[in-house]
Amino acid sequence: MTEAMAPAKEEGFQPSILAFCCNWCSYAGADLAGVSRLQYPVNVKVLRVMCSGRVDPYFVMRALELGADGVLITGCEIGDCHYISGNVKAKERFERLSKLLDQIGIGSERIRLEWISASDGIKFAELMEEFTEHITNLGPSPLKGSATGGV
Amino acid sequence: MSDEEGKIGAVMVVGGGIAGMQAALDLADTGYLVYVIDSSPSIGGAMAQLDKTFPTHDCAMCILSPKLVATGRHHNVKLMMASEIDAIEGEPGNFTVSVKRKARYVDEEKCTGCGLCTLRCPVEVRDEYNQGLKLRKAIYLKYPQAVPPVLTIDRDNCIGCGVCETQCVAGAINFSREEELVKVDIGSVILAPGFSGFDPGLKSEYGYGVFKNVLSSVELERMLSATGPYRGMVLRPSDGRMPKRMAFIQCVGSRDVQVGNPYCSSVCCMFAIKEAIIAKEHTPGLETHIFFMDMRAFGKEFDEYYIRAEEEHRVVFTRNTRVSSVSENPETNNLHLWYSEHGKMRREEYDIVVLSVGFDSPKDVEKLAEKLGIELNEHGFCQTDMFTPLDTSKPGIYVCGAFSSPKDIPDSVAQASGAACRAMSDIAGARGALVTAKEYPPEIDVSGQEPKVGVFVCHCGINIGGVLDVPSLAEYAKTLPNVVHAEDNLYTCSQDTQQRISEVVREKGLNRVVVASCTPRTHTTIFQNTLKEAGLNPYLFEMTNIRDQCSWVHMNDPERATEKGRTLIRMAVAKAALLEQLRPAEVEIVKSALVIGGGLSGMTAALELSKAGFDAHLVEKDSELGGLLRRIHYGLSGEDLQGFLKRLVKQVEDDDRIHVYTNAELKEVSGSVGNFTVVIDSEGEETETHQGVIIVATGGEEYEPTEYLYGKDPRVMTQLEFEEKLAKEGEIDAKCIVMVHCVGSRTAERPYCSRVCCTESVKNALRVKEMDPGIAIYSLFRDMRTYGFREEFYREAAEKGVVFVRFLEENEPVVRVDDQGRLEVIVLDDILQEELLINPDYLVLAAATLPARGNEELSRMLKVPLNSQGFFLEAHMKLRPLDFATDGIFLCGLAHLPKFFEENVSQACGAVSRALSILSQDTLEGEAIIAVVDESKCRGCGVCVDTCEFGAPSLKQLEDGRQVSHIDEALCKGCGSCSVNCCNKAISMGYFGTGQILSMIESCFPETETPPAEKEVAEVKEVTET
Repeated sequence: MTEAMAPAKEEGFQPSILAFCCNWCSYAGADLAGVSRLQYPVNVKVLRVMCSGRVDPYFVMRALELGADGVLITGCEIGDCHYISGNVKAKERFERLSKLLDQIGIGSERIRLEWISASDGIKFAELMEEFTEHITNLGPSPLKGSATGGV
Repeated sequence: MSDEEGKIGAVMVVGGGIAGMQAALDLADTGYLVYVIDSSPSIGGAMAQLDKTFPTHDCAMCILSPKLVATGRHHNVKLMMASEIDAIEGEPGNFTVSVKRKARYVDEEKCTGCGLCTLRCPVEVRDEYNQGLKLRKAIYLKYPQAVPPVLTIDRDNCIGCGVCETQCVAGAINFSREEELVKVDIGSVILAPGFSGFDPGLKSEYGYGVFKNVLSSVELERMLSATGPYRGMVLRPSDGRMPKRMAFIQCVGSRDVQVGNPYCSSVCCMFAIKEAIIAKEHTPGLETHIFFMDMRAFGKEFDEYYIRAEEEHRVVFTRNTRVSSVSENPETNNLHLWYSEHGKMRREEYDIVVLSVGFDSPKDVEKLAEKLGIELNEHGFCQTDMFTPLDTSKPGIYVCGAFSSPKDIPDSVAQASGAACRAMSDIAGARGALVTAKEYPPEIDVSGQEPKVGVFVCHCGINIGGVLDVPSLAEYAKTLPNVVHAEDNLYTCSQDTQQRISEVVREKGLNRVVVASCTPRTHTTIFQNTLKEAGLNPYLFEMTNIRDQCSWVHMNDPERATEKGRTLIRMAVAKAALLEQLRPAEVEIVKSALVIGGGLSGMTAALELSKAGFDAHLVEKDSELGGLLRRIHYGLSGEDLQGFLKRLVKQVEDDDRIHVYTNAELKEVSGSVGNFTVVIDSEGEETETHQGVIIVATGGEEYEPTEYLYGKDPRVMTQLEFEEKLAKEGEIDAKCIVMVHCVGSRTAERPYCSRVCCTESVKNALRVKEMDPGIAIYSLFRDMRTYGFREEFYREAAEKGVVFVRFLEENEPVVRVDDQGRLEVIVLDDILQEELLINPDYLVLAAATLPARGNEELSRMLKVPLNSQGFFLEAHMKLRPLDFATDGIFLCGLAHLPKFFEENVSQACGAVSRALSILSQDTLEGEAIIAVVDESKCRGCGVCVDTCEFGAPSLKQLEDGRQVSHIDEALCKGCGSCSVNCCNKAISMGYFGTGQILSMIESCFPETETPPAEKEVAEVKEVTET
């Protein structure tokens, strides 16, 4: 797992993407994208948590290991966190996790941290579009099918 | 319906904006039935139109929408939309109101708010919500997040084609509805009708409505919003081009006698700064210029914001000017702005000109006032007086928000809570009389049972079923582990389906329920109640969103959308199987409040608590009550404040429910909401008491200047000292007086504005002029901040000959004693660009208001924060101005920020209203979704204590001597951050447990066979610490 694996681009590759959304802002933004009928790729599945500060880096690692090609962590804009500073903590953890992913050859480009407000359905839809394209270009995760039941 | 005195435990709130919602929520939480009526089809008011709020740039909708949902869903709140008051009769405590309800032609019970009808409606009309920059349909929802989420047919524009009726699967359209008259019995009324925006077309010299690129500030706000006409982009209406230069003209419809609005609208300065910054963020390379007379940055952190706008964001400010006119270059549609600077006429060219429109009184308010029998002031706003700022002229009817004077969101919210407190005090005996808690059957304990999951998949009419293959999803669900029942429903949220869910739970012995439908944000509570009715713990429920986040966003790919639906259901079922019963902690409430500080705010709070039937323990550090008010003698209109203070102190001392401690300080505070243990040292004697809530009203003090020869020359004094002199001597022997503003305020050391000193200076100047019109008065100021109706006193002072001289920060006046022993003041008049030399008999300094000296120690004791200036910092600067983030502790008055007498009274009442929502209950139900410590795993490192923003974890000693973390259930908010940071994974979360989340992740990517999640939890450590 430590050797860098160059992803092979596959024909018709449809990436699997998991998006963590916080209950108060980004999940509401995702709902608003729906209310506004903004269309975006099917590849993303949302997992709701109360706060982006609830997202354990291990959740992200586990998703990648199990076959996620990309993982998004989204929360309230800095300063807007319902729990004051959960998103700040999410950011610190994200930075550490990014380094780790680079070190072990998976690549931090497969994960992304974004702030999406409850009134920004457009940003949510655009992010889904853009991130799906980005992951499609990266190709399948080098970890795909390699899960062993623990990191 | 009522208590023994015939009082009715219900309140009508007129207006569903932010103030109306706050008042309604406070009342409803305290046990009153609330009717919110609004002429609009939805609540939300003016705030719902905002993109961001100053000075924190909070997204307005992000902070508003939880309030919308809370108001809409509160079991004690009844919304009466598209309604107005027709008549009122009765007396305080017992009114009958006739309400005229307009027909919305859509059945509120049946409409699900899906909005399908709007897609096919053929009629497009001007969208008022977007200021006409966008179109809407004749059947419409005012804005996407509107509450109630019920559509309305605008019959003025509807052509009656009936297409909407054919689209509505719920059968909610009803063209035969008619206006109806409803009678409602209530005890008090709160008026919160807000304001209406000034029509900028009336200032014809600015070309609004004539030149395409002249916008109102509200139009710009809609443009800046992501849900606005151009998705947050600012574009020139004339050619759709991005602007390069934008100018804001201030005071359009404010401080303007010619248009009949002599008052200041109080918010437009900050509003313009905010828009000028945000517009720059949205538009690369944009220059923004603000043209203004005085920058009225008088609120919390406003001056700091103003400085940042200029220094960091490079907003250009042009002072001392009222723009005289705007003209257009017809070829480019660019605008020329004409103004004078230092007496010279200048012209500048801009792509867009924004008019900062002021506040008018609310539309049609004269009719409302007549029906209610309340007095309006000369500007059409509600008449109030300084001692009772929340009372209208008619007993039993109260007021809050912009209707009593133009004001911003936090001041409106604070007043709203205050008005709720006043409204409650008339009907204190009827509290709880009209609200009944719903009874549920006893809960079946399912612990130890094998999971038996039932799955209900919703068609939502054709909202989901039109895209996803819903029946196949239900069939698929049956194949999942632990699922014993699955079915599809036309509307899972409808009354009959919920009945059915309840029956299926009983018949099949389900112990977990999954609903696949719309968003859990709005619908979780509905289904949780269904579970409760079926005897299940409400947390055995999981919801997955296959509408807003699936069918609606993948309309063109039904097959893969259905596949995604399968995944989402699989994830929900996986989590559901691991759900556990949760019960919120219950805390018993001690029915008594501690009030810290015996000034105006503290005494007002104590009295209001007593009126509501609760004990108050009032702690004052001095030997007598009164605080800073002891040094203020008269109000702006000559009100006798010392007489008032004497009566107030007597009232407090005579009140059996109020326990006064003088020469007192707090020694120790422990415990949490509902039961704080407080040790008070008074006159050298210690008392330990238990208190349910704490109100911080520590007040402030006047700055002792080190500038301008203060303390060195007896002719130099502060405004308070000067006021005392005027009040005691009743006359003044002088030919000339100079007043200097901002002494100790708005400096590098103390960058905030003390808010009251401009007006206090004007007040004392008027007092002198009254005593002897011949005395010359020079008032040296930087920005004159006589906001709201105080502006008129400023004008009066100018008319009576007070000379106002503006100086810039860098050209502070020089004061010295000349060789003949006279005081000499030299100042550069910024407007005339001339140096003035004055020899006054007295020099009066408008000294800053400082936070109380003990704030720092108190902040440590209560574990609540201070801002950088030493004032207490509230939970949220916009929407929770009177709360601390720590539950059960509130603040009011100068502890929060320097402010006026009437603002202190409003805030003190408001803090009491906030406190009553806790005190009125016997027990307090905490959050159910909270952190739980596994003491066997905890190694007592304390990382959780440092992580938590709410003070929930603390370290405790076990009997075996080990130190472990303990979570105060009453304080935990359930964010889960501590659980992530916990080194040993000893902290887990209810409902969002590590195992539960991992099970969702695992079922999201099913192609890999893996062992169960729980076993791996211990290994997390290695990853998080890397």
